[in-house]
Amino acid sequence: MFHEPAAKQGHDPATEYKTRLGLWMFLFYGLIYAGFVAINLLWPSAMESIVALGLNLAVIYGFGLIVFALILAIIYNQACMKEEKRLEGTSGKEG
Amino acid sequence: MDWMPVAIFVAFVGAVLGMSFYFARKAKSAAGYYAAGGNIHWSVNGIAFAGDYLSAASFLGICGMIATAGYDGFLYSIGYLAGWIVALFVVAEPMKRLGKYTFTDALDSKFNSKGIQLAAAISTLVVSVFYLIPQMVGAGVLVTPLLGLPHAVGVMMVGGIVIVIVSTAGMTSTTYVQFIKGGLLVVFSTIIVVALLVRGLNTQPDQGGDVPFYKYATLAATEQNGALALEDASWQIAGTKDVSGVTLVKAVKDGKASWFKKSAKDGHISLYECQFESVGADGATLVNGAPASADNKLRQVGNLEAIDGKKGAEATTGSIGPFDFLAKIGSPDTVVKTWKALKFEAEGQKFTVYAPSFTTGNKVLKPGQKFKVEGTPLEKLDFISLMLALFLGTAALPHILIRYYTVSTPAAARKSTIVAIAAIGFFYVLTLFMGLGAMSSSVVNPADNNMSAPLLAKSFGTVLFAIISAIAFATVLGTVSGLIVAASGAVAHDLMDRFMGLHMPDRRKVAAGKIAAVVVGIVAIVLGILFHGVNVTFLVGLAFAVAASANLPAILMMLFWKRTTAKGIVASILVGISLSIGIILFSPDMFELYGMARSDAPIPFANPGLFSIPASFLTLVVVSLMTQKGGNAGSNPDGHVG
Repeated sequence: MFHEPAAKQGHDPATEYKTRLGLWMFLFYGLIYAGFVAINLLWPSAMESIVALGLNLAVIYGFGLIVFALILAIIYNQACMKEEKRLEGTSGKEG
Repeated sequence: MDWMPVAIFVAFVGAVLGMSFYFARKAKSAAGYYAAGGNIHWSVNGIAFAGDYLSAASFLGICGMIATAGYDGFLYSIGYLAGWIVALFVVAEPMKRLGKYTFTDALDSKFNSKGIQLAAAISTLVVSVFYLIPQMVGAGVLVTPLLGLPHAVGVMMVGGIVIVIVSTAGMTSTTYVQFIKGGLLVVFSTIIVVALLVRGLNTQPDQGGDVPFYKYATLAATEQNGALALEDASWQIAGTKDVSGVTLVKAVKDGKASWFKKSAKDGHISLYECQFESVGADGATLVNGAPASADNKLRQVGNLEAIDGKKGAEATTGSIGPFDFLAKIGSPDTVVKTWKALKFEAEGQKFTVYAPSFTTGNKVLKPGQKFKVEGTPLEKLDFISLMLALFLGTAALPHILIRYYTVSTPAAARKSTIVAIAAIGFFYVLTLFMGLGAMSSSVVNPADNNMSAPLLAKSFGTVLFAIISAIAFATVLGTVSGLIVAASGAVAHDLMDRFMGLHMPDRRKVAAGKIAAVVVGIVAIVLGILFHGVNVTFLVGLAFAVAASANLPAILMMLFWKRTTAKGIVASILVGISLSIGIILFSPDMFELYGMARSDAPIPFANPGLFSIPASFLTLVVVSLMTQKGGNAGSNPDGHVG
């Protein structure tokens, strides 16, 4: 066979946790992204309103989506690493 | 020609090629060629992701679109970045766990299906070629102002160099080229933005004193019984022309004709001077009425007519903070002058008139200039469709997916994605400043906005221009390299080795990939020449729609729906590809490219995602449910056949 993983992977007991967490965070971010699209379509004039620092909602929301993606990514990574470490410790004790 | 920028450019490209040959020695095996041996560090891979992703579309296309359509160009930045969330949370680790060299490997890991191997390989080829077109267009655009060469020569240069890179070294060299280029792009874009903020805003930009600000004429007119009369008697009206709802007026002074845009407001009629090109039956081109030459080109455009209600010297801001910069441009009392091309035929000549528009800042810094969010229901659907494709397209791009195989573990795949999000996100914030900076600095080529960011750099000196152009050129080289590696992997690994069952030894597999790389490179060169002048980020947006329609439903359902079957995946990929491409080919934007009227297009919108992505999902579900008895359904997300 030629389609097995390039590097052999051991069993990752945290896979289920990471998959579930990833899905929830994806849905959460997707909802906020959909909110941005919805405001543009349903209340386009709201995008002109000044929110802070002289910047309008369009700019704040746009920058916010970019920054929030990074914040969520870091949270996700920390959670995954914590779970990987915990399960690694558990399997080490069991083993 | 100024030789210093050329020398910087040549040195940079030479260094890229040298690095390619160096790494060529390390890529003798198939794993080395297609996946860099799977041993790239995650931090390097993360920046290389940024290098791969920040293609000509991001640097040239987005900045160009912001420079002409304001915030609507920034929508691409938001959508492209948001797409990484899908890649990180849903795709990164499973892709690494399940695949070897290509995304087809991962998709087929549960099934070992000939149908999937064929359909996914076709999809990889189609998406790669769609994505290659804008990169090649960007290459041609870059070379023209820097080296004084025609567009086609630039496209052939990139094609030739990339074919050399890919056919020598594969993924290892591509990774390090992308790493260096991605890092340099972010650093030098930051330098441009800092220089822009230090210079500040004014209403008569002169490119740092290099190009005097041109004051376009405005004529007052009156209208009686439908006939226009000019208050300035030195001008005589020679005709009018209605084009796309705009009235153009031809006026003559001292025997020289000019075109003006008619505008009526509060009972007053004003005629605003335009620029124009005309091509006669003999092919001779005139620019603003005189023969086109190196000294007689279209003037660069884009400026602020008023800043926060002030004009002239008192409007000059001096050095300005980043938030203040955006606040000033976004003020309802700021007036932005942008330009729009209008094409028509008259007097046996083909005319393109570039007419000015005046928009207040609050309208520029919100969606609506290009995407009509306040328009008809169809226009609103088109906007939703675009945002959906941008969100879902990233995680389905073959040249991005193959980068998950260059690191050693799923955790490294995850971490490299986070590094990518940080670098790409920061760059996308900069695009808003660079695009608006170009819009307000009289550096936009009205005939082709793709060069707006490099030309903004030029307004700070030719050294910065040369460095930025070289980086942008390397951007194209790197992205094209990645795409061609992905396409050659689809041909040699997915089609020849697996689908056709040739089971080639490593050396032949690499050789087959290199031959495929040459062929795909030549196809890309031809398409890059044909699509000259089209905004590159618009073209990439279409590639995202095809990728999201063809690949993402199959990836997601294979991972998360246990009843997915091989036949369901094949049907979903084929429906996704054909529907998305079909909608694109019959859309108004493409009809305009064909030289036909937009209104003749049978499909009234340009972005297919809203229809083709759900159709692809639905097809997968229906066909999978119909083929359950085939016994080839997957069983769990880890890829074991049940």
